[in-house]
Amino acid sequence: MSIFNLIKLALRALQRNKLRAFLTMLGIIIGVAAVIAMMAIGQGSKESIQSSLSSMGSNMITIFPQSNIPGGARMGGSSFQTLTLADVAAIKKGAADVRNVSPLASSSGQSIKGANNWPTQIQGVDTGYLEIRQLKIKDGIMFSESDIASSAKVCILGQTVINNLFPDGEDPIGQVIRFNKIPMQVIGTLVPKGASSFGQDQDDVILAPYTTVMKRITANIYVQQIYASATSESTSDNATKEITTILEQTHRIRAGEEDDFQLRTQAELMSTMSSTSTMLTVLLTSIAGISLLIGGIGIMNIMYVSVTERTREIGLRMSIGARSVDILMQFLIEAIMISITGGLIGVVLGLISSQLIKTWAHWPILISESSIVLSFLVCGITGIFFGYYPAQKASRLDPIEALRYE
Amino acid sequence: MSKTILHIEDIKREFVMGSEIVRALKGVSFTVKEGEFVTIMGSSGSGKTTLLNILGCLDKPSSGKYLLDEVDIMHLDRNELARLRNTKIGFVFQSYNLLPRTTALENVELPLFYNSAISSEERRERALKALHSVKLDDRADHTPNQLSGGQQQRVAIARALVNNPVMILADEATGNLDTRTSYEIMSLIQELNANGKTIVFVTHEPDIASFSSRTITLRDGRVQKDTMNQNKRVAKEALESLPVSDDY
Repeated sequence: MSIFNLIKLALRALQRNKLRAFLTMLGIIIGVAAVIAMMAIGQGSKESIQSSLSSMGSNMITIFPQSNIPGGARMGGSSFQTLTLADVAAIKKGAADVRNVSPLASSSGQSIKGANNWPTQIQGVDTGYLEIRQLKIKDGIMFSESDIASSAKVCILGQTVINNLFPDGEDPIGQVIRFNKIPMQVIGTLVPKGASSFGQDQDDVILAPYTTVMKRITANIYVQQIYASATSESTSDNATKEITTILEQTHRIRAGEEDDFQLRTQAELMSTMSSTSTMLTVLLTSIAGISLLIGGIGIMNIMYVSVTERTREIGLRMSIGARSVDILMQFLIEAIMISITGGLIGVVLGLISSQLIKTWAHWPILISESSIVLSFLVCGITGIFFGYYPAQKASRLDPIEALRYE
Repeated sequence: MSKTILHIEDIKREFVMGSEIVRALKGVSFTVKEGEFVTIMGSSGSGKTTLLNILGCLDKPSSGKYLLDEVDIMHLDRNELARLRNTKIGFVFQSYNLLPRTTALENVELPLFYNSAISSEERRERALKALHSVKLDDRADHTPNQLSGGQQQRVAIARALVNNPVMILADEATGNLDTRTSYEIMSLIQELNANGKTIVFVTHEPDIASFSSRTITLRDGRVQKDTMNQNKRVAKEALESLPVSDDY
């Protein structure tokens, strides 16, 4: 029997038991739809994490202070004070693969303009900070080296701060705001970046020369963090090693001793984050995969029933010349049709539900062709695998007994 | 001299039932020539069904020789037997065995689906011709549940004819039908026989056997009697002699 006739035959058989065929398909439909939706969610979140991390600067290296247990007692996180401007200068001078380096001295406080005020954070940084963090000036200018040298009272505002201090939409450039009672002139604004992948508002910030912040606000010789950028993504590892060596020298850390600082690269962060979301995707997809498996068992079950029901038909077909392989193919194709049809409906349903999740829950969704192809393939294999045994049972029936079956 | 369609020689068939060996056929021999209408008679337990299964290539004898249209079936495997059934034998069953919810035409087409040499146009054409020869042209689109028992059996006969077999093998083909319809079917079969079809008809009704040209009687797995029927009845006449109406 030709494949075309077999398909026609299978469609006919399914048509005769529409409800039963649909219920059997339901397992596959739900399984495939779930696999596609779960993979879309998983990949979407992975993609959004990666893009937001790389928008923070893919060559970025962050240096944090860390306790070095001077007296045997570990200190709390906020009290780590090991990084100084001398470290910044040493890195700037000694690390060949580092393009820019900037200290970060930050302080929280209240920003005030006229009747409006807003709790925010001021970050004292060097001019290279913009390049490191991939920030851009929207209006006005960045402060200069001479502003840093003179600890000038100038600042650059993030969009959130502008929105809160200048709610009427007036131009902030040239205006004087106060941060913790210190008046500062606004000389520029930042291009908005939105929330980071950690949910932190990256626009809720005031940038100022680090000298200004350290002398006038924090009154401290230590910096919270040092930011550096490697000359390129490929030199990022080298840059990390150079910085580590330099800081171990300046901090006089002997071999075998624990460093009193910690380096974190963006690439590292990215792999940590994406491994988390990969795990999530695998978890969700395997749950969905189990429902696909159960769907397959459903097919097997119904195919066994179908073979028993149609024993006489099988006997007749054999007696008028059907070979075992003809009977095998007939039932196998019927099973495959169930799973493929279920798979198609499942794909459509999966795409629709992914879109619904996107529009209603605002979750990032990424539908990859591979997930569709994969689930469809799994579907076909499920049909063959679970359809084979019932079909084989049918093909091995004895025509004499099958014909007399009641 | 006409061609030999069927030749069996000392056919034996044994079944193992638990620890016992049941000998259903204990050495059966006969030959059927082209154009013959043979009835095989016998009470239940005579080995009639076993012989039918063997003649229909659904089963193989334990020993003996079976030539169907000069093909020795003893050396054929399952698939080759299926091919033989498809091309050389037309089955007619007691319970019709039509596919439910499938039109008469498609039921008749069925054997041709398993013959890859036949195109879909030829399949349709031959099925329509077969339906015509059983006088059911106007019922081609009816499903079995829209047909009477006699009509269903005629569809089954059309199905048996469609692959142009060398022999029609009928198994109690009138067993489920009333006398009038039985005679109608026998009349049709006689007509086919008159047109040259070889027919082997298994029955236990002497009444039906009287329409054939030869009767082989089985008893306890052996041929008891093999007689040519001298005064063969004509089913058409028998039909006319029946009361015109069933009213009472």
